[in-house]
Amino acid sequence: MDTIPSIPKRISAIQFGLISPREVRKMSVTNIIAADTYDDDGYPIDMGLMDLRLGVIDPGLKCKTCGSRAGECPGHFGHIELVAPVVHVGFNKTIRKTLRSICRNCSALLLEPSQKKDFLAQLSKLHEMGHLPDPVINEVFKEARKTKVCPHCGTEQLEIKFEKPTEYVEDGHKLTPTEIRDRFENISDDDVKVLGMDPSSARPEWMILTVLPVPPVTVRPSITLESGQRSEDDLTHKLVDIIRINQRFQENRDAGAPQLIIEDLWELLQYHVTTFFDNEVSGVPPARHRSGRPLKTLTQRLKGKEGRFRGSLSGKRVNFSARTVVSPDPNLSINEVGVPEAIAIQMTIPERVIDRNTELLKMYILRGSDVHPGANYVIRPDGRRIKITENNKEELAEKVEKGWIVERQLMDGDTVLFNRQPSLHKMSIMAHQVKVLPNKTFRLNPAVCPPYNADFDGDEMNMHVLQTEESRAEASILMQVQENILSPRFGGPIIGGIHDHISGMFLLTRNENCITKNEALELLRKAEIRELPEPAGYKDNGDPYWNGKQIFSQILPEGLNVEFPAEVCFKCETCKKEDCEYNAYVVIRNGEMVKGTIDEKAIGAFKGIIVDKIVKKYGTEAGAKFIDDFTRLAVRGIMKTGLSFGTGDEDISETAKKNIKQVLDDAEIGVQELIRTYEAKELEPLPGRTLDETIEMKIMQTLGKARDETGRIVGNQLGLENSAVIMAKSGARGSMLNLTQMAACVGQQSVRGERIRRGYAGRTLPHFDKGDLGADARGFVKSSYKSGLSPTEYFFHAIGGREGLVDTAVRTSQSGYLQRRLVNALQDLEVQYDGTVRETRGVIVQFRYGEDGIDSTKSDYSKPDNIHKIVEAVTGRKVN
Amino acid sequence: MCTLFEGGENLNKFNLFDNELIPKHEILGEDELKSVLKRYKIEREQFPKIKINDPVIQQIGASVGDVVKITRKSQTAKEALYYRLVIE
Ligand SMILES: [Mg+2]
Ligand SMILES: [Zn+2]
Ligand SMILES: [Zn+2]
Ligand SMILES: [Zn+2]
Repeated sequence: MDTIPSIPKRISAIQFGLISPREVRKMSVTNIIAADTYDDDGYPIDMGLMDLRLGVIDPGLKCKTCGSRAGECPGHFGHIELVAPVVHVGFNKTIRKTLRSICRNCSALLLEPSQKKDFLAQLSKLHEMGHLPDPVINEVFKEARKTKVCPHCGTEQLEIKFEKPTEYVEDGHKLTPTEIRDRFENISDDDVKVLGMDPSSARPEWMILTVLPVPPVTVRPSITLESGQRSEDDLTHKLVDIIRINQRFQENRDAGAPQLIIEDLWELLQYHVTTFFDNEVSGVPPARHRSGRPLKTLTQRLKGKEGRFRGSLSGKRVNFSARTVVSPDPNLSINEVGVPEAIAIQMTIPERVIDRNTELLKMYILRGSDVHPGANYVIRPDGRRIKITENNKEELAEKVEKGWIVERQLMDGDTVLFNRQPSLHKMSIMAHQVKVLPNKTFRLNPAVCPPYNADFDGDEMNMHVLQTEESRAEASILMQVQENILSPRFGGPIIGGIHDHISGMFLLTRNENCITKNEALELLRKAEIRELPEPAGYKDNGDPYWNGKQIFSQILPEGLNVEFPAEVCFKCETCKKEDCEYNAYVVIRNGEMVKGTIDEKAIGAFKGIIVDKIVKKYGTEAGAKFIDDFTRLAVRGIMKTGLSFGTGDEDISETAKKNIKQVLDDAEIGVQELIRTYEAKELEPLPGRTLDETIEMKIMQTLGKARDETGRIVGNQLGLENSAVIMAKSGARGSMLNLTQMAACVGQQSVRGERIRRGYAGRTLPHFDKGDLGADARGFVKSSYKSGLSPTEYFFHAIGGREGLVDTAVRTSQSGYLQRRLVNALQDLEVQYDGTVRETRGVIVQFRYGEDGIDSTKSDYSKPDNIHKIVEAVTGRKVN
Repeated sequence: MCTLFEGGENLNKFNLFDNELIPKHEILGEDELKSVLKRYKIEREQFPKIKINDPVIQQIGASVGDVVKITRKSQTAKEALYYRLVIE
């Protein structure tokens, strides 16, 4: 920061107005009179639609206005003198409103002078406050239209009907554009102001065209087809039509043709000008190309998804990108992405030929573009790109030398950007190393699903191939997956184990299981482990065995020390730490797992303490290696025993069923008792609550407790060997609540946090008595998903379920818009090297980033833990 | 205007800084201002702004063109310094 960027100039205002015929002629470089483009020699006709003064598109020709060649000349406007005025469709509604607001005789605004003054005052006030004038203007139109007799000249006003766009019928007589223009010309400047226009930049008569601007050729270039034939732009076609009719009109009028013919031609001219502006006006048949395709005229260029705004400015298509479905591959590194060979063949990287790679690049060229590590194009030193084909590959390989560039195909190890929409945070686009694989999907390690928020139910992702050395360097330093393991949002890992990784490690490490040598080698096969530790013991037959903790220890870096309660921790009153009888306190000493069970708390995305510690202590590379290793170990670990789940796993014993029924019946009785006291007016209201609220809360409480109790029964009944319980307790997937609902009792259905009460008058369904406050009448579902719901329960469940769906839909749209506003407000802020946060003008927003200047990913959750650890390591004294 | 209290004089005045949520504001001296400008390599206009009619500015009596130093309590940094240029 040695020079501060100077404060740039600011746009203070933008004024919109109508373009006047005078301005059109002033900016025009020529009048266009010929309805033709090129002469027989292919040279632009003078005063034709491709006149050389309008700009040039053919290479070799020079612009007659600015003297530049094609590409440099921005193009210049011409104009067509219309024989008779026509309506501009874009203003047809304003024209209608204005016609209805002014006198047909004297063109005065149909308002009393006092009213006029009043409106003017309102308008200037709104302008002062910076508000839009629209509501007042609409009021003006509404008031003026009510006046039936002109207050100035006393002429009776006639109804003006608006039948087609550009057609105004006054009492059965069609107003010609000339008549309309005459009326508008006579409106005084003061009246124009009341109508919401600024007479200096927008006179109403300018809404009726007398001269048409002809856009420069550069915005409507003609293309030469392969046959050598020229194909003109749709706009040019339309302009040809306009000029032809304009000419015929002139000839007929000069020859004194009958009024009927003149009117027909005028209408035709109006039609062509209308469709030149907008070819999708309702009530006007679209102008078509010879092939029957509707022409794309001015409005169609701008409008809609494919239009200039949404299609070319807000969003663009890019080269060197690919998109396909993603699927998982735990054997890939988190830094890798599996790319289908079909995509790798299409994507190229330009590589400059130097001494050291000439032979290699020649080999790629010789392989051609059909065999995988090949090349698709070469670029000669003069910049010509040549496609490599079966026929020319030998010749090109021969010719290639220093100074050429070879566009070789994507190969293993290339850096690419990988992205999944919606790109809400920086981890939605990360750099991966390519691994070319068979089949048709992108493959990624499931541990990187959380930052992308990807799953494999059909999600598609995009890949962008980096084209320069600089971009590849920048991407691999800043955007590589391993550099994003820790999220700046909370300073912890956002990349880590999910689902099977967690249940796999849980199964492997929780018990003192016997793992034979073969099994141990199979588990660690992909982990670059060359030696097994001392066996945990020997079997009767003398074979050595190891336990899961030892196996896991092999992938831990040396010297790692961590202690923490696992996810399965029972949260006892006083934690016994190492001596936890549930094996729920993890102790890792010097890279050796001594105690505990590995679960979500240890390796999970968002929570994984071991991942967090390794990245912070050993760096991102070690972190990535650890994640790679444990994903591979976990899937092998889970395959050793297998983990499946079916309805059979929700089976509970008859006694448990009886107990659950008992609990629910007791709750029902409790509720009835509550209702009795309520109806007998014996119920004490809770502080700050009405009696009605109190009874509702008490009933909800009673039923909630009962549901939780059934959950406990199910939990005890199924035990820690049940696969659903394993997944819930270890944090791999699902919760004990899910399990309770499946096996015991679904529980209360609610709408906006209350029991369901809407429906019929005084009751939820006709199945119940009016005023019934009982559990089943208000949406309590006694059944479990497995046992099935009764019809009324099913209906209540659908009500509760619908609320959830609506909520998510509303929430996503709201949070999406909030995100957009935040991004727009903050996108230009930048943390400078001096630690300040500044915007583009160099104005300071924060004098120290986040007040403390700390990068959250390097801060250990803002706690001085690390210092304590260092002090402890050096002095051997525990500090807190 | 505040007329919550009765009796006594100057009912409408109370000290803003008695509220614990209002951080310390003080007008920056010429020397300190110079060193701050130098430290951040900025011009006056590159400071964040505060309006002259802000109650805090009125209370400490700063005028347009002054720079105020704001000492805020911070959860993570204990104390955080902030500067604002007083504007019209
Ligand atoms: Mg999905
Ligand atoms: Zn030019
Ligand atoms: Zn009149
Ligand atoms: Zn414990």
